[in-house]
Amino acid sequence: MGAIAEGEIKVLSGNQSTAEAVVLCQPDVVAAYPITPQSEVVEELSKFHAEGALQAELVEVESEHSAMSVLIGASSSGGRTFSATSSHGLLYMFEAYFYASTLRLPIVMAHVCRELAAPNTVLCSQQDILTMRDAGWIQIHCASCQEILDSIIMAYRLAEDPSILLPVNICYDGHYLSHLSARVEVPNQADVLTFLPQKKLRECRLDPDKPMMQAPFLGGKLFTEYRYKHCSAMQNALQKIDYIDGEFQKSFGRSYGGLIEEYRTEDAEIVLVALGSAASTAKAVIDVKRNEGMKVGLIRIRSFRPFPSDRLEKAIRGKKAIGVIDRDVCFGWNTGIVFLELRALLTRLGISMPLVNFIAGLSGADITVNHIGRAIDTTQKAALNKPHQEVTWLDLE
Amino acid sequence: MEFQTVYPGPWVDIDKSELLTNNVGEWRYRSPELEKSKCSHCGQCYLYCPTGCIEDKDTYFDANLAFCKGCGVCAKVCPVEAIRMTTGGK
Repeated sequence: MGAIAEGEIKVLSGNQSTAEAVVLCQPDVVAAYPITPQSEVVEELSKFHAEGALQAELVEVESEHSAMSVLIGASSSGGRTFSATSSHGLLYMFEAYFYASTLRLPIVMAHVCRELAAPNTVLCSQQDILTMRDAGWIQIHCASCQEILDSIIMAYRLAEDPSILLPVNICYDGHYLSHLSARVEVPNQADVLTFLPQKKLRECRLDPDKPMMQAPFLGGKLFTEYRYKHCSAMQNALQKIDYIDGEFQKSFGRSYGGLIEEYRTEDAEIVLVALGSAASTAKAVIDVKRNEGMKVGLIRIRSFRPFPSDRLEKAIRGKKAIGVIDRDVCFGWNTGIVFLELRALLTRLGISMPLVNFIAGLSGADITVNHIGRAIDTTQKAALNKPHQEVTWLDLE
Repeated sequence: MEFQTVYPGPWVDIDKSELLTNNVGEWRYRSPELEKSKCSHCGQCYLYCPTGCIEDKDTYFDANLAFCKGCGVCAKVCPVEAIRMTTGGK
């Protein structure tokens, strides 16, 4: 093992961190359509392209659907590709988005989480990307600008692994992270290229010298075979994400826990579960509650797809209650989406423990210290089998 | 578990023709019957065939029945009436 590589220290927003990472990963084709709060990514990439730092083919597209369609073509012919979007851009992209994953194309896309209209909004929630949970993409959620940069580098290694070959979304909260400026260590180009897989032509590609047909009309058994293989690749990613996190730590000295990040969970009696930037606030509240003598910890889910069942099982077994913070809603269940995933996991594991849900932070509403304090108190009540609500809409009570 | 293909996704080698096409010829209920001596080799049927199944046989054109769906356009456009649509044949 070599020495840990050092980079250059910069002050970067989340969006700028994305652009810096993309330059380092040297994609062949970039296509993205600007949308708040992602626009800065496209601006920065255009600037890098004009300056010559980004040598990729930068395709100016008229929509997100076109952006993903361009990348499907580019990735199908063997190129390394990148896009970025948000909210309604993602919805507009959806047809091509599903196509990209089921063609098993290792596209990497930054996703800046934003609420969905109506009513009109450009502010944060995770409704957009969590709604896409069954579209076959790997979905990694970040909680800092440094993590965004590092995760994009790790994403190419993950996506292009022959046992995976799936597109990867690197997700971060709109405004809270996209527009937050923070200290970021930008690795050296040579170190990143050593860490990434060498670019080489994949077996399945559009190539006149080795003609293949893409996505033929298929029914029944063979179609089912492709879906099975897609699901298996998702399961392969469970081990691979943890492995790549470890490899990244060896090379660059930073680790994010792989599939999940645990904070003070070891001796905790109750745990909070959260994704994205709210987890950072939760850590501060947990420190306060710990000082008051409450044994509480936090699990931050980084990989929402694939869902990290085994890692979560180890983290939650023996606890007395779980509180889940959802920055989204699940229409039809009157709960959040992440809450339902945890409920499914408990059922699979045969674990019976109180599970409570907190809906907060919709359309840019802050998830405050007060909110998280109330969430912890309610989870504690549930652990003691005192009367409590299953779902609390924190901004409405 | 047994798989039919080695590839992870829906990609097919071009020479694995059984995956490339359906046997659309089986959909046909009537077939073009060519009277070779009448054919003037003008190529109208070749140009108009919606499925592109007409093949150039040097001195005449004829339909590839593996792909012909029996629509009858070739018979309609043939200027010398060399093609007749028939049922009950192949």
